[in-house]
Amino acid sequence: MNQTNVTDTKIKVNNLNFYYGAFHALKNVSMDIPPNKVTAFIGPSGCGKSTLLRTFNRLYELYPGQRAEGEISLDGENILDKKQDVTMLRTKVGMVFQKPTPFPMSIYDNIAFGVRLYEELSRNEMDNRIEWALSKAALWKEVKDKLNQSGNSLSGGQQQRLCIARGIAIKPEVLLLDEPCSALDPISTAHIEELIHELKVDYTVVIVTHNMQQAARVSDYTAYMYLGEMIEFDATDKLFTTPKQKATEDYITGKFG
Amino acid sequence: MRLTLYQRRRIVNVVMLGVSGIALVFGLFWLGWILTTLLQQGFNALRPSLLTQMTPPPGSDGGLWNAIVGSLLMAAAGTAIGTPIGILAGTYLAEFGRRGWLAPATRFINDILLSAPSIVIGLFIYTVYVAQVGHFSGWAGAFALSLIVIPVVVRTTDDMLKLVPDSLREAAAALGTPNWKMVTFVCYRAARAGIITGVLLAVARISGETAPLLFTALNNQFMSTNMNAPMANLPVVIFQFAMSPYDDWQRLAWGGAILITFGVLGLNILARILFRKNA
Repeated sequence: MNQTNVTDTKIKVNNLNFYYGAFHALKNVSMDIPPNKVTAFIGPSGCGKSTLLRTFNRLYELYPGQRAEGEISLDGENILDKKQDVTMLRTKVGMVFQKPTPFPMSIYDNIAFGVRLYEELSRNEMDNRIEWALSKAALWKEVKDKLNQSGNSLSGGQQQRLCIARGIAIKPEVLLLDEPCSALDPISTAHIEELIHELKVDYTVVIVTHNMQQAARVSDYTAYMYLGEMIEFDATDKLFTTPKQKATEDYITGKFG
Repeated sequence: MRLTLYQRRRIVNVVMLGVSGIALVFGLFWLGWILTTLLQQGFNALRPSLLTQMTPPPGSDGGLWNAIVGSLLMAAAGTAIGTPIGILAGTYLAEFGRRGWLAPATRFINDILLSAPSIVIGLFIYTVYVAQVGHFSGWAGAFALSLIVIPVVVRTTDDMLKLVPDSLREAAAALGTPNWKMVTFVCYRAARAGIITGVLLAVARISGETAPLLFTALNNQFMSTNMNAPMANLPVVIFQFAMSPYDDWQRLAWGGAILITFGVLGLNILARILFRKNA
């Protein structure tokens, strides 16, 4: 592997296979995810896009019977290696989920919780970090006067933005978004899509979405997956205008899926 | 005449509703009878001397103060011993026991312990502790009560932690949270109301237990706060006094019964309030 290849690739997936017990969910997936770009995974339900996303921070390890085989390199280091410390990996690879998952604590502590795990900040620095994260997530104006209220008191869209703020507050290098807008109204969705555009300046963003318009709007690269296989992976404008595979074309034109 | 599907459903509905209603009335009838008897007899026995005087010999005036203090002491000690063990074991079952056979086996054995007759627990402590040290004691009573607390708290902790959605654990893990922090700062917080409720219900459960104390703490006619000596307690006093032929002892037994009942009622109400406020 030559040097340019490493710098142009943030996450390199090589022959990845994934199993839920006996079920073979990802089949020989290989792809190179470039840094500081937005990469979208599209495909019908059950095609493995969320599964693939959850291998990037080894979240599947919470559950017995789920295992990945193959290689995923983050900046050239194989993260599936047993030597890789999984909590350190997750500080570098943040994640936002489909449903908002605020912790049962105040808005302030929801964000401070993750930061305190690995950084010792003064009260003032922490306040600044929280304002920064909430502003990035377009939530600061709405919550700045009620930071001590429970995170559960916010509306669904606000909770999701709180979770995004929580994810970026720890300053990861990669941000994984698993259908972050599927539970949101169009206005909140627009907020978050704008945010994704801003985020790629600092982060590598990988987003799973059911919504092809969203993939077309926010992503630089798009991967189409079907039944656990990577059918096509290309620059978004190419994939949506001149797909190489017939299957991709059928899916994006709505003939299938 | 053939009934339409809708008519048939209505008839079945009425019949089932009727049967359920009768079952409800049957259950409530006995409960109501127990409570009215308790209230009738118990209110006659309620007087300030219950809280100021000791259990008397037959034929003289007295109260239940030594038994109340003994019950409170042993229930407190039993809860203090049983709660941490129960919460830790329940945490293991729910959070760390997802792989392997140990957790399912423990859960099964815990369920047996949960429904074990309390007299068996009394006999067990009698054999392993009372018979060894050679005398009945408050500690022996507290140990027996803690053995009743443990399975209740294990079960509720396990159940309440299982109600914490995995999505919350995933969210914590995705931030790079180590397992122990995830459990203590996120899962416990989410399940707090339920776990506290479980502990309160365990306290309610042990405050009326007679059999485990009969073989362990026995009784004491006098005031004693020495946990190494036999200790008076409400359930055993009720048991002894209610079986006696003396009217004043029987009256005191009713007084003790009403105190326990309202104590347990209070604990249950507290548990409900706590659970509702947080849920």
